Amino acid sequence: MREIKSSEITPEHIYLSRRKFMVGIGALAAGSLLAACAAPAARQIVSPTTAPGPGGTPVAPPTGEPSATQQTDELGNSVTTYDAVTSYNNYYEFTTSKEAVALLARDFRVAPWTVTVAGLVRKPTTFGVEDLLKRYTQQERIYRLRCVEAWSMVIPWLGFPLAELLKEVEPASEARYVRFETLLDPEQMPGQRSAGYAWPYVEGLRLDEAMHDLTLLSTGLYGKTLLPQNGAPLRLVVPWKYGFKSIKSIVKIELVADQPTSLWMAAGPNEYGFYANVNPDVSHPRWSQASERRIGEMSRRPTLPFNGYAEQVSGLYSGLDLRKNY
Amino acid sequence: MLQIAVHAGSLLPLALLAWAGLHGHLTVNPIQAFTQQTGKIALVLLLFSLACTPARTLFGLRAAIRWRRPLGMYAFLYAGLHFLTFTVVDYGLDPVLLREAIFEKRYALAGFAAFLLLVPLALTSTRGWMRRLGKRWKRLHMLVYLAALLVIVHYIWLVKADTRVPLLYGALLLLLLAARLPWVRRVATRLRGQGTRPVSAKGIRDGALRSLSGMRRGAHEPEP
Repeated sequence: MREIKSSEITPEHIYLSRRKFMVGIGALAAGSLLAACAAPAARQIVSPTTAPGPGGTPVAPPTGEPSATQQTDELGNSVTTYDAVTSYNNYYEFTTSKEAVALLARDFRVAPWTVTVAGLVRKPTTFGVEDLLKRYTQQERIYRLRCVEAWSMVIPWLGFPLAELLKEVEPASEARYVRFETLLDPEQMPGQRSAGYAWPYVEGLRLDEAMHDLTLLSTGLYGKTLLPQNGAPLRLVVPWKYGFKSIKSIVKIELVADQPTSLWMAAGPNEYGFYANVNPDVSHPRWSQASERRIGEMSRRPTLPFNGYAEQVSGLYSGLDLRKNY
Repeated sequence: MLQIAVHAGSLLPLALLAWAGLHGHLTVNPIQAFTQQTGKIALVLLLFSLACTPARTLFGLRAAIRWRRPLGMYAFLYAGLHFLTFTVVDYGLDPVLLREAIFEKRYALAGFAAFLLLVPLALTSTRGWMRRLGKRWKRLHMLVYLAALLVIVHYIWLVKADTRVPLLYGALLLLLLAARLPWVRRVATRLRGQGTRPVSAKGIRDGALRSLSGMRRGAHEPEP
């Protein structure tokens, strides 16, 4: 081994003071990280007003400023700030950077927009978004949304039950599943230019899941019309399943006989299943689903079976092995 | 001068992270953002540290060997912040959650193992320990290769579906490891035309001047 010249050796006092410096910086970083966490949490003052539960009272059409009332969901959890909801988004059609979606999607054209409802139905129809807003009363539903990445939010959605739309088109008796499709437009959605995923985004529900009162077609949140980063102008919200099931910017809804293969099922069949029910006892193969980080909170929370909607939905799965049917 | 740049450059990301944290620019999920950023920076610094020896043996950059330890120590600093943020800030040292999060999930186990391997390396980084361990010091510090490999595996296992970026880092690591192979070093020194001695910048300049003057005298002159 080559001999180390004495000129190359760091003088001890400098070496030690460097160590102290690094510890100091480390402490500063840790302290500022904690400060960053404390700040948003402090802004959320929990006011225990009972929020309208699922199937709540209709509200006026979305206008103006986001709703300022400090609301909670039916379990008493505060809603996540509008700021957070609209600036932290998984929308890979635009980018995989959660903070950059809002910027990249700001010029996304949401009008004119039509949704084709077809397949095994007696009355296939193409709706304009304005038709949907007129035909169906938009209700406010405060739902928890749990991402498969183990973070979650509480969001006051504005929308109507998918069941109302499906009843209108009259599914045929052979129809057993509902298949949804997002817009395919690589010109507006840069993420779709890469062949990394099998675009367009596809999702599916069993017909009874689609007909459940909790399943919402959303057109707004916080009393305001949906922004592009949240899936404008029309998106699905299935609160008892992982967030990737809640497909955004829907252009097609199809009634089919066979179980649809979603984009995530195709991308990772061992990891992303058709059901994707939130379940702390069935972990993702590579990370645990037992706990989650609620955006805005300092401590992790235990994840609830069916994201806290077990009472309303567990009946759909009696007899089903939830570990095999992840 | 360059030494200061190494220290400043290594600490700059941390200063930027601290500033971002204080001003609410660390996304609405600051704990995860901080964990992810410190992990990436630790990996980058580790690769820079591993690039020092090849810089010397392949390109004759003698100054590079002085940067190896500080870069390695900074990599350990960021790795430590990464690990502590995960276990203390994110998981609140909850033994039940941590048991499932680390010991039952292979990506976290790989990361934990990598960090554990870096600890003795950081502790024995001083010249005192180099003296005390003698020949065994070099053998002990070969563990850095295993640690680096585990970091890449940790990264590959934790991404959602797109493994391109971690695989790229893996390719970089393999290049840096290949650069240490004896025959690679032989080829490099032969290309430099200077024998097995590493050279200084002055040596490179003198050699270049000799070649140029040789060319001026005519193509039939033998190589210097």
